[in-house]
Amino acid sequence: MAQHSNKKAQVQAVTANRVIDGIVVYLTEKAEWSESLQDAAVAEGKEAGETLLARAQPAVETQHIVDPYLFEVAQEDGKIVPASVRERIRMAGPTVRLDLGKQAEGNAA
Amino acid sequence: MYRYDEFDHALVQDRVKQFSGQVARRLAGEITEDEFKPLRLMNGVYLQLHAYMLRVAVPYGMVSSRQMRMLAHIARKYDKGYGHFTTRQNIQYNWPALKDIPAILDDLASVEMHALQTSGNCIRNVTSDQFAGAASDEVEDPRIWSEIIRQWSTLHPEFSYLPRKFKFAVTGSPKDRAAIRVHDIGIEVVTGDDGRAAFDVYVGGGQGRTPMVGKLIGKSISQENLLTYLEAVMRVYNMHGRRDHLFKSRIKILVHTIGADEMRRQVEEEFAAMEKDGPVVLPQAEIDRISAYFAAPAYEKLEDGPAELEAAKKENSSFARWVKQNVAAHKVPGYAIANISLKPIGGVAGDATAEQMDVVADLAETYSFDEVRVTHEQNLVLAHVAQKDLYTVWQQLEANGMATPNLGLITDQIVCPGLDYCALANARSIPIGQAIAQKFEDLDRQHDIGELKIKISGCINACGHHHVGHIGILGVDKKGTEFYQISLGGSSDENTSLGDIVGPAFTEDKIVGAVENIVETYLGERQNGERFLDTYRRIGIKPFKEKLYAAD
Repeated sequence: MAQHSNKKAQVQAVTANRVIDGIVVYLTEKAEWSESLQDAAVAEGKEAGETLLARAQPAVETQHIVDPYLFEVAQEDGKIVPASVRERIRMAGPTVRLDLGKQAEGNAA
Repeated sequence: MYRYDEFDHALVQDRVKQFSGQVARRLAGEITEDEFKPLRLMNGVYLQLHAYMLRVAVPYGMVSSRQMRMLAHIARKYDKGYGHFTTRQNIQYNWPALKDIPAILDDLASVEMHALQTSGNCIRNVTSDQFAGAASDEVEDPRIWSEIIRQWSTLHPEFSYLPRKFKFAVTGSPKDRAAIRVHDIGIEVVTGDDGRAAFDVYVGGGQGRTPMVGKLIGKSISQENLLTYLEAVMRVYNMHGRRDHLFKSRIKILVHTIGADEMRRQVEEEFAAMEKDGPVVLPQAEIDRISAYFAAPAYEKLEDGPAELEAAKKENSSFARWVKQNVAAHKVPGYAIANISLKPIGGVAGDATAEQMDVVADLAETYSFDEVRVTHEQNLVLAHVAQKDLYTVWQQLEANGMATPNLGLITDQIVCPGLDYCALANARSIPIGQAIAQKFEDLDRQHDIGELKIKISGCINACGHHHVGHIGILGVDKKGTEFYQISLGGSSDENTSLGDIVGPAFTEDKIVGAVENIVETYLGERQNGERFLDTYRRIGIKPFKEKLYAAD
């Protein structure tokens, strides 16, 4: 996971995979886990990022999610957008099968 | 046909029960991911970008029609209607829910299949020649020895926690279709001094971030000594392979560090000790029993070039083209080896829908003695089709998108799942392969270019075998942008070579043009019907490099 993080990132959200089905989820303000990136809590600054990541820990301990990590996002036209190709793909689904994954369920962005 | 041992059956049922218990405890929150991860890896369960991924073992690529139908059923019931055939002859499902995996494993066990040892630091699937039992240049059917090695290595207590994964490949023919020289142990069945089948053992091949060609460590090892010899190699590795450094933990690093001669010496020393204290006994009766699994099917007495085949070729130029490109000679008169391309233009390399799997199962049952083979180049094979049935088989394949006549041509690429699916990837690979295939779609152009193996990996782990591509493409991440690095002149056959990096990497919008440029250089330089690889080996990298970076 570390290889895909941007150490210089200032604006970040927290993501993980759900244990029961492996689906990509995002940490919300209420410390819940949503399939939609638009529900994600956004942390500005490194300290806020660390604080946010710490709020993911209880869900690890209850075995609800695995491997939470911070990733860089941007706010564009009122929407949260991942900065990296990798997180864009995780958010939406495979770019070569637009009929699969969240992009097909209308849950993507 | 291979039959599941009773021992195997009990073992797999036990393991399914055990893993089902572990999954239940995981879902109930009783075991952590750290505790669960090594357990799930031993059962072929990965966590990828979008979901879990289940890698099902297909021993040396062999699948019966009954098994293929079950693979289709699993795709339909538990996944999203398709599966992916891999460069180790296995099948992967990209979307299983963890809670469903025990049920999937139960279904697999009912047809004598499983997902054991397809991940983790253990001995993985033994891969082999997709033309086994049918190729005319075969010394002996490599599946016999692949199966013996499989049984020996399944849940072997001494080798369940190796420094790292361990991969075997076996060829029964001097023409190597199994890439044995880029495996941890590669075995070639040869004729021994006594006229019986014996084994040349290559050790320390591999790809990944430090590609190496295997060294011939054991020459003409006898059948009686084979397992003791392999066990001696494994013991030397288990003892001296590095466990402290992830990137230096494969056996290829050990061989590279101590040298082939020293490796051979240590293996022979261990072998001698084992001979004294406890060799691995492989009785002739066992060899005979397992050989019987692979007895020749009940071939009819047929002639080559039956009238119906010749007529169909005359009538239908598409069929004729497919026969020319995708059908290989069989050792038995009147029969043929039919290659099923899973590389349609615009498709995803190696993917098959549940419907396609069912079609292949039916064809295998009716026209190929119930056998399907998965190739490490992500295609399928019906190895024993009567020539008189080829047209009927082709019609079915054609109707189901599996008759692209591109075997070994530029659009028959190996492409790893890449960043579209894989948590390890740095760049997408599938769309690059698709764009290249689209550019070279014209069949006349493809045939003119001839044999040209493009192999594409989305990261340095080289699951797409880019090091041994005639043209290899490696996706990298440069400051958040996907770039593609080209290498030339790799090959995984009996003249294995690792590709040479040609120069700076290309962006997604430039990579197709770069490949086209390379092809044009080849076409301009080739002599006397040379393949791309031949021309490259004759003229070297310089002319390619010059033309490719000319504008710069």
